[in-house]
Amino acid sequence: MKYSAEFRDPVLARGLLEAIAETVAGYRGRMTLMEVCGTHTMAIYQHGIRALLPEAIRLISGPGCPVCVTPVGYVDHAIALARRPGTIIATFGDMVRVPGSSSSLLREKALGADVRIVYSPLDALTLAENNRQQTVVFLGVGFETTAPTVAGSILEARRRKLDNYLVLTAHKTMPTPMAALASDPELQVDGYLCPAHVSAVIGADAYLPLAEKHRVPCVVTGFEPLDVLQGVLMLSRQTVAGEARVENQYRRYVKPDGNPRARAILEEVFSPCDARWRGIGEIAGSGLEIREAFASFDAACQLSVTIEEPVEHGGCLCGEILKGKVTPKECPLFRTLCTPEDPVGACMVSSEGTCAAEYKYGC
Amino acid sequence: MCLAVPMQVMTIEEGTAICEVDGVKREASLMMVEDVAVGDFVLIHAGFAIEKLDEEEALETLRLFRQLLDKGMIPE
Repeated sequence: MKYSAEFRDPVLARGLLEAIAETVAGYRGRMTLMEVCGTHTMAIYQHGIRALLPEAIRLISGPGCPVCVTPVGYVDHAIALARRPGTIIATFGDMVRVPGSSSSLLREKALGADVRIVYSPLDALTLAENNRQQTVVFLGVGFETTAPTVAGSILEARRRKLDNYLVLTAHKTMPTPMAALASDPELQVDGYLCPAHVSAVIGADAYLPLAEKHRVPCVVTGFEPLDVLQGVLMLSRQTVAGEARVENQYRRYVKPDGNPRARAILEEVFSPCDARWRGIGEIAGSGLEIREAFASFDAACQLSVTIEEPVEHGGCLCGEILKGKVTPKECPLFRTLCTPEDPVGACMVSSEGTCAAEYKYGC
Repeated sequence: MCLAVPMQVMTIEEGTAICEVDGVKREASLMMVEDVAVGDFVLIHAGFAIEKLDEEEALETLRLFRQLLDKGMIPE
């Protein structure tokens, strides 16, 4: 695969590891570097990167898995819609197994609800076109990488004059929770590996306030093993030198100003709103809601359903794990009551959740 | 979820491209990218091309990796 395989070369990886070891050789204590992207979580586990790094570097995972940070109330809302006659729920695969307060979409499907897994919101649009007598509700979950694609599907639905395509949105935006975690006195983050494909949309410059105001070094980092190692090298150099700058390791896809066209599509359909993050709570301006001009595509406005009172599962440490304060192994439910086959928390459900990654690759 | 796959554009018709990687072909909307031509590498996420590969930057990053090796930072 061109421009993928080259970034997995083990000889070059050894070169980067040597450079990292040399950089931190005289460093006192341990530096904590956080990634905030589920795909980074998976890449780091999959390639065994933690085990290769010197003692002085601790890599932790933050709230980078959109399914994991989606509050239980949203899942309950989706379940209530799934129970509504004449409704088809279309969703990315990870969402169907997330436990709500008393059910999950998978369970509802088993009970007869029409829940379809799609790869793209455009597939959900086709579903609406082919089922004009029913209402298709797409579950809009994801960060700035995914939100423009959902916005694009709404624009396309308007163009095709489809009146049976709706979106239930729980979209969230990225740099805000990173600033919230940087101000958490219980959590010392020395540097951020910034998400690769979110940054392809928002641009590397989006992290400037984080570096300037919060004095946290930020490096936009790709997903291949050599990308991650170079990102760690760049962050460790900044940390050792006491600097806090924004650097871009993933220049082959990320520009300083990102993709303005994708952002224009996102901004045409969505406007910022306050949003609840599982484990973190409400963060001002960290979510996206559908603008009034597109209210006819907003499932929350168009369909009235009774949603049960949200109940979080007792004993599940997802919230603390999402903040990087606790590792999956420290959760009493991990590998005992909570497994990928029978998950309790969202971090075990999503294929890119920290608990799922630890279960699959950890030792 | 933010995983996007680099794929090569094979054909383009009315704003939709057929892209290919390792023999897998997939349709993708070009709504979000400009000046994409057949042969270009694009990042595909959820049925949309979200960015085009900058080949010069890709080669530059690889050159930097090799430079680390050339400095004798590893024994080989």
